[in-house]
Amino acid sequence: MKIAVASGKGGTGKTTLSLALAGYLANRGYRVSLMDCDVEEPNVNLFLKANIRAVEQVSVPIPVVDGDKCTGCGLCERICAFNAIAVVSGKPLIFKDICHSCGGCMLVCPERAIREVPKEIGDIEEGSAGAISYIGGRLRVGEAISPPLIGAVRKHYADSHYTVIDAPPGTSCPVMAAVRGCDAIVLVTEPTPFGLNDLKLAVETMKRLDYPLGVVINRAGMGDDGVERYCAEEGISVLASLAHSREIAEKYAAGEVVEEFIRFFDGELGEIVSGLERLTGIRAVEVK
Amino acid sequence: MKIALSAEGNGLDYKIDERFGRSLGFIIYDLDQESLEHVENRQNREAAQGAGIQAARTIVDSGASVLVTGHVGPKAFAVLKTAGVEIYTVTGATVREGIERYREGVLKRIDSADVEGHW
Repeated sequence: MKIAVASGKGGTGKTTLSLALAGYLANRGYRVSLMDCDVEEPNVNLFLKANIRAVEQVSVPIPVVDGDKCTGCGLCERICAFNAIAVVSGKPLIFKDICHSCGGCMLVCPERAIREVPKEIGDIEEGSAGAISYIGGRLRVGEAISPPLIGAVRKHYADSHYTVIDAPPGTSCPVMAAVRGCDAIVLVTEPTPFGLNDLKLAVETMKRLDYPLGVVINRAGMGDDGVERYCAEEGISVLASLAHSREIAEKYAAGEVVEEFIRFFDGELGEIVSGLERLTGIRAVEVK
Repeated sequence: MKIALSAEGNGLDYKIDERFGRSLGFIIYDLDQESLEHVENRQNREAAQGAGIQAARTIVDSGASVLVTGHVGPKAFAVLKTAGVEIYTVTGATVREGIERYREGVLKRIDSADVEGHW
């Protein structure tokens, strides 16, 4: 089963829950892959501390123009849906950092004056920690477009009963790239007005993908019951509520949260796994 | 000679819009004929990205050789510079005041982007 752990709001506990779920399942003898798809701020391995076996660079194709062949006709500018090309004074200016590498400009150029060159956008590292296989992406500082890197992380396949995907926060393209093709989405939220506001945005976004979806309320007890009421009204399954704990927060700050979290929330993690089995109809033993 | 100003509306007494790429619109003012043309910027304002680049294209296409606005980011600056458009910045002024100050030669001319993108 591929479980994507996402949220609208940042800082709700996606990474902590991803690590805990992976650890919980590995402790029960399953083969588990943990994918860090939050490539703009990858922090899974700060806690997992996997031994890295291999690092590969990921590039995207970016157009360059042969000034001798270019006639300044402007077809490349017109085809570009991302405003990344401006033909000024007969000369195309290409803005690499907003190019989406679609190749349209190269296809329409009647002079064949455009070719593509690779631009490195980040790295993927692979390793393992105990029974957990780890795959994580890291976007280069200054790069604006992460979905190609997230897609490359997702293409990595490890033979596992469970794959846990730590998705980026928000509701835009990077999240879509991270959750696409999963079996279920877990939205982590906190029981505050801010948490609820962003949870609603995430639910509206994820509904369009039509994947089974459940909510985990983290730091339960610190806010109000707005999230629970919303989930009841919308018919969204609350998989578990994880009580707010100062002890857990202290362990997190010390970088040692995972073992403590699994011990502390053993019952709740079990509820999440059985809830996901119920939502998806997939049991790990049936997974190849 | 034409001068372009980012403007919050169609008229000389509207404020100069401090944003360039996502300005509400542009006034293209002909200094010789003292005539005014207004250009909408709706499409660029709602663009997911590249608003500055396309707004700069609008200015270049209008034939203006001078732009008066609040701030210009690096991508818009690259387009305007390539086209040879001079850029002057001003804040808190109306379009009319912007034109007067340009004529008096008291506006600050910039020769590099004065803000990062998405300021």
